[in-house]
Amino acid sequence: MTSKIIGTGSYLPEQIVTNDDLASIVETSDEWISSRTGIRSRRITGNTDIDTTYMSIAASEQALKNAGISAEEIDLIILATSSSDHCFPAGSCEVQAAIGAVNAVAYDISAACSGFIFAMHTVQAFIKAGIYKTALVIGAETLSKLMNWEDRSTCVLFGDGAGAAVIRADDSGVLEMVIGSDGVKAPVLSCMARTNENFLTGKQPELGYTYMNGQEVFKFAVKKVPECINQVLLQAGTGVDEVDYFILHQANARIVESVAKRLKQPIEKFPMNIDRYGNTSAATIPILLDEMNREGELKQGSRLVLAGFGAGLTWGAALLEW
Amino acid sequence: MLEKMKEIIAEQLSVDADTVTEASSFKEDLGADSLDLFELVMALEDEYSVEIPAEDLQSLTTVGQVMDYLKAKGVEA
Repeated sequence: MTSKIIGTGSYLPEQIVTNDDLASIVETSDEWISSRTGIRSRRITGNTDIDTTYMSIAASEQALKNAGISAEEIDLIILATSSSDHCFPAGSCEVQAAIGAVNAVAYDISAACSGFIFAMHTVQAFIKAGIYKTALVIGAETLSKLMNWEDRSTCVLFGDGAGAAVIRADDSGVLEMVIGSDGVKAPVLSCMARTNENFLTGKQPELGYTYMNGQEVFKFAVKKVPECINQVLLQAGTGVDEVDYFILHQANARIVESVAKRLKQPIEKFPMNIDRYGNTSAATIPILLDEMNREGELKQGSRLVLAGFGAGLTWGAALLEW
Repeated sequence: MLEKMKEIIAEQLSVDADTVTEASSFKEDLGADSLDLFELVMALEDEYSVEIPAEDLQSLTTVGQVMDYLKAKGVEA
């Protein structure tokens, strides 16, 4: 028994911020951003009431509809996010209430841009162990609220959005998965948000925004992604040429191009939507998957590699049959 | 070392190896942006088994400077 994705959904907030819009806030340009990242615009929640939970619910409802199952059938809900709307309760519990998944257990996981893959891995373990049969996995982020909008090296990269997938126990689906972490490199990509301080610590809470050492993150991604993809392929005994699509975390088009080059695969096998949405962290993979699913690009039996990488540092890849 | 460097630079930056000299500036003469340089650094690290940390990269703007840097790190010419 393995896990099979049987439905997908996504939600993007309506407000579009173009590179030209950003050029009016910070010293940057459309040429600089698009040539170095492939990003042309991103969506943000702005001053609306839309937040991570709202987007998670919207994406989940679509995924359930696409899967053709009722919410009561869900045993497990995992929300992967780094931008929860609050410390607790977990956003996944709010999703549970909103969609009426009364029979599910719900919790969040924090693995940054690898979050969706980590959540899939958890589902795979539960399904293999025979504990749960049907799961809802969500990747959702409101990263715009974690940015320092005066830091042009980070605020231009990220966006908001959510993607979801319904996963069910089946005879076919995920063939192999690999996930990993390297906490030693944690400082290269971080967001300290509000520090936990009060009178007990004798300190005032400090606000922190997203920080990134671009070079270290770039090198990590370009090395680690091909490595973990090769590992799942090796474990499955599948040749790289047999893969139809490599659905990579959308962090930077140049990273995707570099990975394609290292795997010696044509760039056409690497779908991208980063030009429209920027990096939505845990949400990029399920959003892209949902777009491809709705456009009919995923055929039964299609061989897909999903791969995520990000803060932690964390990384993961899955080889699956659609 | 220059010949091998020319080869690596030509491959990574998609330029003609003959146009690369010790005086070539990566940004001005070879049209490399910061991400091209990261990829070049990775290729050099693989080739010469050295580590080039991010903070060192800022002072390395020409081919000659990189060669001096690698020699100082104990890379045989």
